[in-house]
Amino acid sequence: MAVRFTPSLPDRDMEPGEPGLLRRIHIDAPLLLGLLALCGFGLLVLYSASGQDPLTVRRQLIRLGVAFGVMLVLAQVPPTSLRRWSLGIYAAGVGMLVAVLLFGETGKGAQRWLEVGGLRFQPSELLKIALPMAAAWLLSLRPLPPRLLEILLVVMLTLIPVLLIAEQPDLGTSLLVASAGVMVLFIAGLSWSMILGLASLAAAIAPLLWLVMHDYQRARVLTFLNPESDPLGTGYHIIQSQIAIGSGGIYGKGWLNGTQSHLEFLPERHTDFIFAVVGEELGFSGILALLALYLVVILRGLLIAVRAPDNYGRLLAGGLTLVFFVYVFVNTGMVTGLLPVVGIPLPLVSYGGTSMVTLLAGFGLVMGVATHKK
Amino acid sequence: MLETGFEVRQRERRLVTTRALVAGALVILGFALILLRLLHLQVNRHEYFSVLSQDNRVKVQPVPPTRGLIYDTKGRLLADNHPSFALEITLEKVEDLAQTIDALSELIRIEEKDRARFARLRRQRMRFQGVPIRLNLTEAEVARFAVNGHRFAGVDVRAELIRTYPYGALTAHALGYVGRINEQELASIDTSQYAGTNFIGKVGTEKTHETLLHGRVGYQQVEVNARGRILRTLESTPPQPGQDLLLYLDVSLQQAATDALGGRRGVVVAMDPRDGGVLALVSEPSFDPNLFVEGISHADYRELLYSPDKPLFNRAVRGQYPPGSTVKPFIGLGGLALGVVGPEKTTYCPGYFSLPGQRHRFRCWRRGGHGAVTLEQAMVQSCDVYFYSLAHQMGIGQLHEFLSRFGFGTRTGIDVSGELPGLLPSPEWKQRVRKRLWYPGETLILGIGQGSFLATPLQLAAATAALANRGRFIQPRLARASRLPGTAAAQPLPLASRRVDAGDPRNWDRMIADMTQVVEGRRGTARRIRSPHYRIAGKTGTAQVFTVGQKESYDAAKVPERMRDHALFTAFAPVEDPRIVIAVLVENGGHGGATAAPVARQVMDAYLEGLGLIPTHETENGG
Repeated sequence: MAVRFTPSLPDRDMEPGEPGLLRRIHIDAPLLLGLLALCGFGLLVLYSASGQDPLTVRRQLIRLGVAFGVMLVLAQVPPTSLRRWSLGIYAAGVGMLVAVLLFGETGKGAQRWLEVGGLRFQPSELLKIALPMAAAWLLSLRPLPPRLLEILLVVMLTLIPVLLIAEQPDLGTSLLVASAGVMVLFIAGLSWSMILGLASLAAAIAPLLWLVMHDYQRARVLTFLNPESDPLGTGYHIIQSQIAIGSGGIYGKGWLNGTQSHLEFLPERHTDFIFAVVGEELGFSGILALLALYLVVILRGLLIAVRAPDNYGRLLAGGLTLVFFVYVFVNTGMVTGLLPVVGIPLPLVSYGGTSMVTLLAGFGLVMGVATHKK
Repeated sequence: MLETGFEVRQRERRLVTTRALVAGALVILGFALILLRLLHLQVNRHEYFSVLSQDNRVKVQPVPPTRGLIYDTKGRLLADNHPSFALEITLEKVEDLAQTIDALSELIRIEEKDRARFARLRRQRMRFQGVPIRLNLTEAEVARFAVNGHRFAGVDVRAELIRTYPYGALTAHALGYVGRINEQELASIDTSQYAGTNFIGKVGTEKTHETLLHGRVGYQQVEVNARGRILRTLESTPPQPGQDLLLYLDVSLQQAATDALGGRRGVVVAMDPRDGGVLALVSEPSFDPNLFVEGISHADYRELLYSPDKPLFNRAVRGQYPPGSTVKPFIGLGGLALGVVGPEKTTYCPGYFSLPGQRHRFRCWRRGGHGAVTLEQAMVQSCDVYFYSLAHQMGIGQLHEFLSRFGFGTRTGIDVSGELPGLLPSPEWKQRVRKRLWYPGETLILGIGQGSFLATPLQLAAATAALANRGRFIQPRLARASRLPGTAAAQPLPLASRRVDAGDPRNWDRMIADMTQVVEGRRGTARRIRSPHYRIAGKTGTAQVFTVGQKESYDAAKVPERMRDHALFTAFAPVEDPRIVIAVLVENGGHGGATAAPVARQVMDAYLEGLGLIPTHETENGG
């Protein structure tokens, strides 16, 4: 079935006239404002969730500064250059993933870090950007929609790092990288029948995944299905976060007044489970505001994809934006008990540095797509 | 129908736009799903969760296990836990820290060092953890705080079991000590097992048997009020207490050995050859381990660390010394085992030995020489030339292989942490480490236990025990058994032993007979420690610290004290049925027969008297 649809969105790239100052330094103002608002919101919540520790907030602020710096630098790179480097960056990323498995540093039972000249580095983070780049490059070689050969190649490009990362083991990141491949294919116009096919293939692979999962990962899935079965172990996270959110009600208990979080019932309250702090202290209305900010950023990203001058830009911007959505959805779904516990932070709000830099680096590329003329 | 490029681009554009719109719709759908879920949690079930949150007073708390105690072989308590009260401040609950501490100091004595420790620990802990401002509160202070405590939010008295070592310095090197867990240790332990535990074995047997002594953590569900204070315990899984450790160590022998050293720097290691049990492990000088438990002050630590006598240095397991002549029994045995020498065969000692075609003279300790000597005479008079010649005939390959059978060059594996392996040199080792070729002369000096050859006193004791056992090498160990507190049955700890092959079994008897002559013989180097009650087999040794030039002679009086030779003596007794093996080292003590052997005799006397094998010393008549 062909969808007959003529775009009627305004297209500023076609408009004549001098570009503004922000545009000349390759910044997309609406996207920047959305991101800044999100980060500001995140800092307020973090201040409360960390037990009003100014040190934690200061550290996060420093990371944010670095991440925004990276974003602004990457925004300067024209997508035409990015496109040429895509495959190289991807290959380097996969090479480093192999290196991590061979000589990586182990932390908390998982091997994720690579140390190069005293700098610790997590190559799986790089793949969150490198994979959409490589997939967009591959699919932009020929007119869209992709044929079966290209689809299979993208699936392969995706599976290699996904399996390597799952081996570390880091289920959350491998899920995000896998979703990046899927999202690029989706934007590229993968036919609906194909989507159905891939979905059933994934459903068929899922039981196999169970076999290769680590015990702690299996335990998480089991407790997701029945959290009450283990109220003091893994299920504790899910139960406590639901109590925190539910007790928040519509207006919340007020900023800094969450009892669940402050009495330390809520585990990981300033990292993966920070969304529950928002729910408890700011209530449904606070969450509505937060999700609205996320929506602004995501819709703006999609708009940039639609307006991009070429297929590479479209696929890259669309893919990166949708991965961001997957972040938000998986985290909020996990904290509210809709999805099993997967170690994915709430983007730009959770405490922690590595994912922040990757996320904003991705938005730097999106801004590059938005602001560079062909 | 072919499309034009423009048409293709138009179509692609439409396609992506459509997909972006669908994606946007899916995103909104996803958010709607989350919001629906939140509506369910926050609106529909708000009441339910509010009640749960109000009632959410059940917290899970770890209950740390009590650390196992350590007893000596006669059941005397060597490491105890005694309750101590500490005053702790939880930073996140305190409004004005400086003012709180000032107010507290009016109630309870808080010294400058307490403030310094507080400042130090404060940086290492999380804000919701307590940081001690005063340790070891007296009962009066605890009572005073109990009355006034309501004025101090965030300040609590916490009872804690503190490790104490009643014998202090006497057992310090054997037992080691526990101390507060530091960040490095935190990274290497199972943190859930140490939840609520503050101490961990740092060195010595406290460290080696950490798992056994620590036990397993328990948990309790407690009800807390809205401010986090515990109201009552609901349910608990009790911790499994750490196991008590029963040692072979005998405190009275340990004391006797320390007394015998008489304040000199040195080591006494005494073992029971039948089971490898370490009866005494003395390294002098020692230190008070109790200082380390709560965290030693910088001044005290500096004093111990920079003392020229190195009291923190466990010479028994970490001191690597040239074994000197105490290796001669093993080399002689090697000669017999490999058939290089026979008991009757003599070697002529002119006072020096030269390799064929070389002028360098390897000197015997007796300048005039011993004349023609058999193995027995060489052992009794400790003739160096005989052993130069023997080492030369065996060659470095066989020499190295045979000595390593007795554990030289490898750690014994004793249950005291930090043991060093010594060094049994070989051409391969020299090539690898020093990047130099092995010289034939090095084989010679290896034959008298000098050169690069290094052994710990513990290794000497273990090797001598294998000799006394006629080839049964037992891994030395401090702990005999473990026991769950409150139960009578002790679980013996595993004993590891292996056989040392020395050819004809009679070789052992020959070597033991030769060693007996060292003490019992008329010209033996240790004849002065002969006992009327039992027979001793032994070997004296002198380890060079200072190398004398080819044309010079060693004059003890001219050499600074710390450059003088170390005195060594290894022995076992009674010869007929060995019950104690001993290795003595007196640093810079000079000749082994004169300095180290009498120490060994005193310790052996004390032990055999204790066993009732020999009559007790008449202390009244001793003056």
